[in-house]
Amino acid sequence: MEALPVIWFVLIAVLWLGYLFLEGFDLGVGVLMKLFTRDEKERRVLLNSIGPVWDGNEVWLLTAGGATFAAFPLWYASLFSALYLPLTLALLALIFRAVAIEYRGKGYSDAWRSFWTNAMAIGSGVAAFCVGAMLAVTTTGYPLDANGDNTGGPFAWLHPYAILGGLGVLGFSVLHGLYFLTLKTDGDVRHRARAAAVRFGPVLLLPLVGWALLVQSQNGKTVGWLLIGAAAALAAAAWVNLARGAEKRAFVCQGLFLLAGVASIFTNVFPVVMPSTLDPAFDLTVYNASSSTYTLTIMAVVAAIGLPVVLAYQIWSYRVFRRRISTAHIPEPHVIPVAIRGAQP
Amino acid sequence: MIGRWQFGITTVYHFWMVPLTIGLGLLVLVFQTLWMRTGKERYLRGTKFWGKLYLINFIMGVATGIVQEFQFGMAWSEYSRFVGDVFGAPLAMEALLAFFLESTFLGLWIFGWDRLSKRLHLAVLYGAVIGSWVSAYFIIVANSWMQHPVGVELIDGRPRMVDAWAVFTNETALAAFSHAIFGSVAVGAAFLLGIAWYHLWRRRVDGIDTVDATGRVVVGEAPDVPGRDKEDYHVWWRSLRLGAWVGLVAFAGVAVTGDIQAKIMFEQQPMKMASAEAACEDTTDFSVLSIGDISSNDCDDVFHLLEVPGLLSYLANGDLHTEVEGVSTLIPQYQEAYGTHLPGAEYLGDRAGAEIDYQPLMIVTYWGFRIMITFGILAALGAAYALWATRKGTVPASKRLTRLALWGIAAPFIANSAGWIFTEMGRQPFVVAPNPTGVDGVFLFTQAAISPGVSAGEMLFSLIALTSVYGALMVVELKLLMKYSRGGVAAAMPELAETRKKPEVHSDDDVLSFAY
Repeated sequence: MEALPVIWFVLIAVLWLGYLFLEGFDLGVGVLMKLFTRDEKERRVLLNSIGPVWDGNEVWLLTAGGATFAAFPLWYASLFSALYLPLTLALLALIFRAVAIEYRGKGYSDAWRSFWTNAMAIGSGVAAFCVGAMLAVTTTGYPLDANGDNTGGPFAWLHPYAILGGLGVLGFSVLHGLYFLTLKTDGDVRHRARAAAVRFGPVLLLPLVGWALLVQSQNGKTVGWLLIGAAAALAAAAWVNLARGAEKRAFVCQGLFLLAGVASIFTNVFPVVMPSTLDPAFDLTVYNASSSTYTLTIMAVVAAIGLPVVLAYQIWSYRVFRRRISTAHIPEPHVIPVAIRGAQP
Repeated sequence: MIGRWQFGITTVYHFWMVPLTIGLGLLVLVFQTLWMRTGKERYLRGTKFWGKLYLINFIMGVATGIVQEFQFGMAWSEYSRFVGDVFGAPLAMEALLAFFLESTFLGLWIFGWDRLSKRLHLAVLYGAVIGSWVSAYFIIVANSWMQHPVGVELIDGRPRMVDAWAVFTNETALAAFSHAIFGSVAVGAAFLLGIAWYHLWRRRVDGIDTVDATGRVVVGEAPDVPGRDKEDYHVWWRSLRLGAWVGLVAFAGVAVTGDIQAKIMFEQQPMKMASAEAACEDTTDFSVLSIGDISSNDCDDVFHLLEVPGLLSYLANGDLHTEVEGVSTLIPQYQEAYGTHLPGAEYLGDRAGAEIDYQPLMIVTYWGFRIMITFGILAALGAAYALWATRKGTVPASKRLTRLALWGIAAPFIANSAGWIFTEMGRQPFVVAPNPTGVDGVFLFTQAAISPGVSAGEMLFSLIALTSVYGALMVVELKLLMKYSRGGVAAAMPELAETRKKPEVHSDDDVLSFAY
């Protein structure tokens, strides 16, 4: 039975797509909290635009990781151990970022707030970069031995491809964050976000396009060319729509661009999930890295039931919080009254 | 070795946040449900106050949980390759069926106060709390498979899942899950008890509440301090009594499930239990205090100073006279069944062919087991005492007792950590312990499980980085918890401290009811 590993390969691609689409914009918004905002109110507009949803978005990454473990344990083991350093950095970045979101508003001093703003921005940026780098070496190869272990030392990942992929996801996230802000915010923030997205859009997408073309040149499947063509057209359509002020249509095009781009990368590498640069015989493929048919079947049933339910309630949650936020909606920071702060017992 | 320290530190740390999330989540749910049913202000305030502390803690559980999902592959790639066919499934299910539920619905709860109907807003909290309980189930299923592998066959040297039902109803998992849930609820209960005690005490020393000639409370109010009205008293009084009663029930649950678990463990991992007892020779007696040098891990150095005759036999078998096998008896059995040396495989590097020591670190298992039980009992005694001491409606005006109540919050935390360390360290030298009645060959030594492609330097870097970041964040979390605990209800409810009038009709122009 060879269909199941392929189904799971597609499912994992879908999970990554979901992750990049959803957390893409909240990582971007995180970076923009530092780069884009002019005052404290604006920073809080950005933070609260993703406030109710960011944690649910991040679970897409955990699920992609968990599903890779369940469906392709050998891929999971090789990928995560080979990328030990960048993953450690990504984890540290995600930790700081998560804590920043919850704790930033719980202190009163400017130093406290600016510390957590930096943690948010740097954490988001580093996480986006490391995730991109990780995905890139998955597609371009790694010095794996017969056991699937990295033989290239701790810095084998620090390859131009990985940097290209890292910049690709970082650039995409920042742009995606700007698109998101045009949809979710109002007032000055919304208009400046639109202007910035129009102005910097082409530059921010450049590394991602470069990565897709690189993978394409290494594999050269016809369907890959079609997808890249579609991706380029959709990115252009998103840009044009945004310039005209059609924010929703622009965001949809941007999402479809991501779909086509991710699809081009995943179809091009298929069936190899992690190529070895030492010997093609050591390549990890969907067939030799997968779990047993029994496990894949059970997981497929669970995913078939679970994923639509997750999508349904996540869409509902976006609907509940669909209104735009502007600086006028942001309440004054809540300071605990001195009278009840209490003495030490 | 560095890898083991890292796994130990990150997991124990994560397991400080988790029980509080599970236990306190349940109690916040109780408050909001009571508010829904009675409409009383005190329950709304309780929901907001405890909910605030719940969230401060929750985020740290999230942040440290991400590491857990990935570190199997990062530091333990041989382990991941060996167990992936069966171990990955509960992990993936945890993410798909529990984490999404927990995180999405908690987001809805935090920001949904004025966006959702009262009923729906309560329902999303149910969703989030159920999510965290379901996640505990799946991760314990995964862990229990390491303790007691079931439902697999060995194909090409790796276990393959053949019976998912057996994996997900593993009796080890069911016992451990109920034990961990009760343990977590005990943590939440002690948290309520300690902090509510503090606030009742503050109301007394601030002269708000007084007692009459018979010692009964006379509830007062301080109109000039936000939130210090009569209703405030009821928030803390309800919290204290709830915490104390739930603490007692949870302790009973912990004791019963712990006993079941111990009996299972004597069968499944006799070495773990023998070393928990520092029982070198076969015996029926439970050691209360052992002297000698347990830390040497050498049986010749251990003397039992005080023993309860028959108790060990009772713990293991339910009677007083069946001998429990000691470490010295077990070692030859293990050597015969699972070999004396690691295989000479190339990927093991300089660990290839190393001799295996089947005896866990006795000082850790022996004391871990006793610390767990002692602090569990202390927490229960504290709860019982609190019920008695507050029978007249408030706490004594004693500073020392208040300190004790606050420090008492630590007791179930310590018990939980000690229990976790005990069960993990007691499994050594295995990462996947053999199932005595299972398929031959389904076990893995910890030494053979770590990532061959990751250098010691990388491990050391991540160990130092993670440990120092965790340490720093721990300080921040504790400070925030203390700040918001001291602040009382008004710290979590800006509307109590402000004169701002709430508009009657909600429109999209309102400021957010909650914003970061």
